[in-house]
Amino acid sequence: MSECQATAVADADRDLACTPLYDLHRSLGARMTGFAGYAMPVQYPSGIISEHLHTRARAGLFDVSHMGQAILAGPHAARRLEKLVPGDIAALAPGQMRYAQFLDAHGHILDDLMVTRLDDVGGRERLFLVVNAATKRADFAHLAAELPDCALTVLEDRALLALQGPKAAEVLRRHVSSAAAESIAVMPFMAVKSFVREGNALNISRSGYTGEDGFEISIPATAASVFAEELLAEADVRPIGLGARDSLRLEAGLCLYGHDIDRTTDPIEAGLTWSISKRRRAEGGFVGYEHVKRAIDHGPSRLRVGFMLAGKAPAREGSEIVTLDGQTIGRVTSGGFAPSLGRPVAMGYADTAYAAPGTQVCLIARGKPLAAKIVSLPFVPHHYFRGA
Amino acid sequence: MTTRYTKSHEYVRVEAETGVVGITDYAQAQLGDVVFVELPPAGQNVSKGAGVATVESVKAASEVNAPVSGEVVEVNSALADSPGLVNEDPTGKGWFLKIKLSDAVELESLMDEDTYREFLKAVS
Repeated sequence: MSECQATAVADADRDLACTPLYDLHRSLGARMTGFAGYAMPVQYPSGIISEHLHTRARAGLFDVSHMGQAILAGPHAARRLEKLVPGDIAALAPGQMRYAQFLDAHGHILDDLMVTRLDDVGGRERLFLVVNAATKRADFAHLAAELPDCALTVLEDRALLALQGPKAAEVLRRHVSSAAAESIAVMPFMAVKSFVREGNALNISRSGYTGEDGFEISIPATAASVFAEELLAEADVRPIGLGARDSLRLEAGLCLYGHDIDRTTDPIEAGLTWSISKRRRAEGGFVGYEHVKRAIDHGPSRLRVGFMLAGKAPAREGSEIVTLDGQTIGRVTSGGFAPSLGRPVAMGYADTAYAAPGTQVCLIARGKPLAAKIVSLPFVPHHYFRGA
Repeated sequence: MTTRYTKSHEYVRVEAETGVVGITDYAQAQLGDVVFVELPPAGQNVSKGAGVATVESVKAASEVNAPVSGEVVEVNSALADSPGLVNEDPTGKGWFLKIKLSDAVELESLMDEDTYREFLKAVS
């Protein structure tokens, strides 16, 4: 998405890149903001709370075209990628997707990503990668430098849409062929399928960043806006901006790169040990393995936990976490109002000794202590489709 | 009754010696859904331009500055349970607090309605 194809770019957005849906966002009355170098919608006229609740009740359409999409291909590409991530990539069958992290030599997180195994072509394994917008350039440089025997193709000409919510599957099925609709009905969470729709190759995964059932749809940039408009014409579907995307993922207890995880955190203290298989823990063979193994064997010194605040004032990123006797035990990494709960929640890292659910703490917001209780994540239960 | 505006989008509506203070419709629209308003205790003295309240939207916290100096004589207790009043009716039921003006001359440095309207055209 290097070249902005939009017809009516607002002055404030001139120095930003834009996604293929820029004109659509503007026509829907979105308030735009700069995010990772892109002009992105923060919210539409109905507002963040209404967008959030609509996604949980029906279906929301998100433009996530700013994220990086690429294909890594080559002989044994899955094994090769395992050098850079602790996740089990070799175990993926074609059509399966997995969450992983790029690590540095200290076991710290350079980025988190989704990895999909596509069908092999000509004896070459192919992996479809989706990485964060702010880190995509660095990620692709990292891949090219570390895996020179694999071919990395960055998909600049594809958009990415997310359709999330309990009505997502029902809606999506009405906009694909009957054969594709049958597939979509039964594909479980973290399954991926490719379809051709009106001559365009769509790559659809049952995944998302809201905790709800839903899909992420990779589609040629030229076809994205028309498809988005078709989905938005459905009574169940509304456009959702980055504001509600953030509150939805916070309630779902999902990490936001650059906030809850970054180059100072490892996957163990972040509570992402589930994403490292038994084989990979035993065999290693990835950058940062020594640190990760030590953290698994001895336990992390701090843990990512959730906080339920007692009052109505929210605690934001950066707030200190303090015990009732005044000892600082960590810092909040994400915090805000949880529309589905009608109250503020937060996530952050607390010293392991104090990280047990039920522990009473204070979060210091603008100099004032706010009473809070440590809770296990997520705040709102996930509703992933695990199969009929 | 006169209403004056600040460049940071607070209003003060003066009735006799008391000013009703809140944020403008433009400000509430910019903030988005308000989820919490922190108000000072009645009796607190405030100076013009100093922070007097905090308004939390889903996204962020913003400081609200006193448009005039004086004593806070009343705060809008309805905002504790219904912070959304700030969005629905910012200049009516969504008011923040009342200040007993210590220096009415300060009003002259604030914008009247026409000037504020022009100011909004320039900033938006």
